[in-house]
Amino acid sequence: MKFLIPRQWFATLAPFLGVVVVVLVFWILYPDQPMTLKTWQIVATHTVVVGLAAVGMTWVIISAGIDLSVGSVIALSGVSAALAVDAGWGAIGAVVVALATGALCGAYNGILIVGLRLPPFIATLGTMGFFRGVALWVADNGSVRPEDAEGASTTAGIAHWVKNGTEGQWLPPGVWLLLLITLLGALALRWTVLGRHTVAIGSNELTARLCGVQIKRTKVVIYALAGLLAGLAGVMLFGRLTVGDSTAAVGIELKVIAAVVIGGASLSGGQGSISGTLAGALLMAVLSNRCTAAGWADFIEHMIVGHIIILAVAIDQWRIRRTNH
Amino acid sequence: MTQPPLLEMTAVDKAFGATVALSGAHLRVEAGEVCALIGENGAGKSTLMRILSGVETPDSGTIRISGEPFSPANPQQAREGGIAMVHQELAVVEDLTVEENLLLGAEPNVAGLYLPSRMRDRVVSSLKLLGRGEIQPSTPVSQLSVAARQLVEIARALVHDAPVIVFDEPTSSLGVQDIEHLFEVIGRLRDDGRAVVYISHFLEEVQRVADRWTVLRDGKVVAEGLICETSTEDLVSHMIGRHLDEMYPRIPHQRGDALIEVSDLKTRTGLDKADLVLHRGEVLGIAGLVGSGRSQLLRGIYGLDPIDSGSVRVAGRAHRPAPTRSIEARVGLASEDRKEEGLATDLSLATNLTLGSSSARPFFSLLGLKQERSQVEGWIERFSIRTRGPDQPVRTLSGGNQQKVALARLMHLDVDAVLLDEPTRGIDVGSKTEVFRWIGEMSAAGKGVLVVSSSMQELLGICDRIQVMHRGVLGNPREVEQWDEHSLMVCAVGGDEAP
Repeated sequence: MKFLIPRQWFATLAPFLGVVVVVLVFWILYPDQPMTLKTWQIVATHTVVVGLAAVGMTWVIISAGIDLSVGSVIALSGVSAALAVDAGWGAIGAVVVALATGALCGAYNGILIVGLRLPPFIATLGTMGFFRGVALWVADNGSVRPEDAEGASTTAGIAHWVKNGTEGQWLPPGVWLLLLITLLGALALRWTVLGRHTVAIGSNELTARLCGVQIKRTKVVIYALAGLLAGLAGVMLFGRLTVGDSTAAVGIELKVIAAVVIGGASLSGGQGSISGTLAGALLMAVLSNRCTAAGWADFIEHMIVGHIIILAVAIDQWRIRRTNH
Repeated sequence: MTQPPLLEMTAVDKAFGATVALSGAHLRVEAGEVCALIGENGAGKSTLMRILSGVETPDSGTIRISGEPFSPANPQQAREGGIAMVHQELAVVEDLTVEENLLLGAEPNVAGLYLPSRMRDRVVSSLKLLGRGEIQPSTPVSQLSVAARQLVEIARALVHDAPVIVFDEPTSSLGVQDIEHLFEVIGRLRDDGRAVVYISHFLEEVQRVADRWTVLRDGKVVAEGLICETSTEDLVSHMIGRHLDEMYPRIPHQRGDALIEVSDLKTRTGLDKADLVLHRGEVLGIAGLVGSGRSQLLRGIYGLDPIDSGSVRVAGRAHRPAPTRSIEARVGLASEDRKEEGLATDLSLATNLTLGSSSARPFFSLLGLKQERSQVEGWIERFSIRTRGPDQPVRTLSGGNQQKVALARLMHLDVDAVLLDEPTRGIDVGSKTEVFRWIGEMSAAGKGVLVVSSSMQELLGICDRIQVMHRGVLGNPREVEQWDEHSLMVCAVGGDEAP
């Protein structure tokens, strides 16, 4: 492997190789169920919600933080989007409201973490419950369904972003949006002051402070950005469900974090790759799709995903030990 | 027939891939003798000791303990064979008590039932032998000072009755008094008939504590001899392989206007009262014991430690200390703790070197990576940093090269005032001289340098004026000619300040 691919590339390519391996294994086991172009289109569409949230989560994890509240934020933003549509604010209004909701939730997380000096795990464990509660409250313990004709057509417009099968359309716009966000996230991490400071804080906060990095401000911005992307994921989820469901996206935070970790990010901070995260999200969508195609029960998928996460981290640790020698 | 030496390593070879770490190295220590093992970073000292302690296996060569062949396959076997290591980074478990630490891994037990009382006498007598009988075995290690923790490590060697004790840079985290005490302890170990290997960069220490010396360079033993027959200059030139004309290069510089004025400064971290004026074109030294508030003074001025009262002025303007504002006011600080604070060791040399310069810029402004890279390459050349390139992670650099990265960062920030906290800690003699030269050049360029150091000799060698800190209170400045090692020491321990 070393002779074919330079070592620093291996880390970037490994999660994509994982996708290839999963596809090949299922192809060998079930040759009559190949991945067709259509399957890839479906899988790509299924990656959108987790993928968008995972880009933000990658930034958070690189800064040595974590955001457990992401599922609740997605649900709350989805409900907000539905309420905006119901109020007749149109698709753009719905997106703006959802993004603002997500960003506010994220900023709240960040303020709790730097203001009360809480470990991110605890702060976001708390807000995970809090945001879910707010979602249930504004959705009156259920879902928000835009009823009138105008609302229904706006909802259909948003749904179009994450639905396959539109005539003459190769991939739905949501997938392109995810690719664009991934690209922006990756470029910003390498080329902007915020990206540099995020890596520095995650790698060694004391050094960052010594070098004059404004730790508190930077952290709030990182969590707010992650919240913003969770808000965007919320709009996409609303489109998929066509209702603002306050009980949706429960447990999705684990999928999001798993995508980031499979993508090569270190939970102790300072390291991570946005493109790897995208591959991690894709890997889980492919696996889920293949298990269904193979007719395997849901629980088998859970058992496999669990071990893929374990394997990803083990490979990463092994790689770190080797480069340290 | 004479007795075989207690420890004898002969013709030890070790290579890591293409890199030869040791070639034909030897070491010989008699019972009741302290042998200093000296050499620059990367000379092979650590590899030789890692072989002795069973962490590495040699490619060839033999080890004998009291004449018996000994080849430890792992650290456990080395420990059982009577080799004890006292590390630079302390290896004690803070949450356990002194006794639990001493017995760790060899707990006296009956069928798995922990019975410390069976070893209580040994524990108590070991602490007594070290002159610290007052330490209670039941004290949690977390409540002990750094020096006392180190004694716990030494006591562990005694409890297990190890005949060979290796000290690896034992003084790098100790203050002057604790170092004195450590030397006394090493003396006791020698009198007790043990073989002591003492690894250090500090030649003054070696001359105080050792009987014999062995110098390693590039994996070979280049010279050895008796301490009483060797001068410091000889040791230094053996170590670096060339004659060192002057340890402290003097570069002429001119004292200018006041740059930093500190009055009545008090921090919440242990600095009670400090007044000083640092001028442009001046090297001002702060002497004192570890824990006297020296670092807190620098950290207070820079804004890392919160200030209670007092004022700081930079270039005539009031300064409210905070790292970002300090950098804007062209004040830079190099931390004493390179690994934990000074550098983000997992990140690249380039990132570490340029990190400060983006601190005040808007979040979404772009980094000029290309320009940055060429600047970094310039600094690598200017500081002669030994590296594969700007992308190499800092943790893989030697201590001296790491320190150069931290200092190059200050140059990259183009600061006027340089605050240096123990700038030569844990770096080899060659790098030290380069740091001293750099300090001189900075002052010649009209910058002000404020330097804290535990080495009095070093301060006397490089400073224009020196002030001494004692228990959080900073004494008055005096020109360097009016100080000597003795008077500095007297002030540091709180004696009369009058010359």
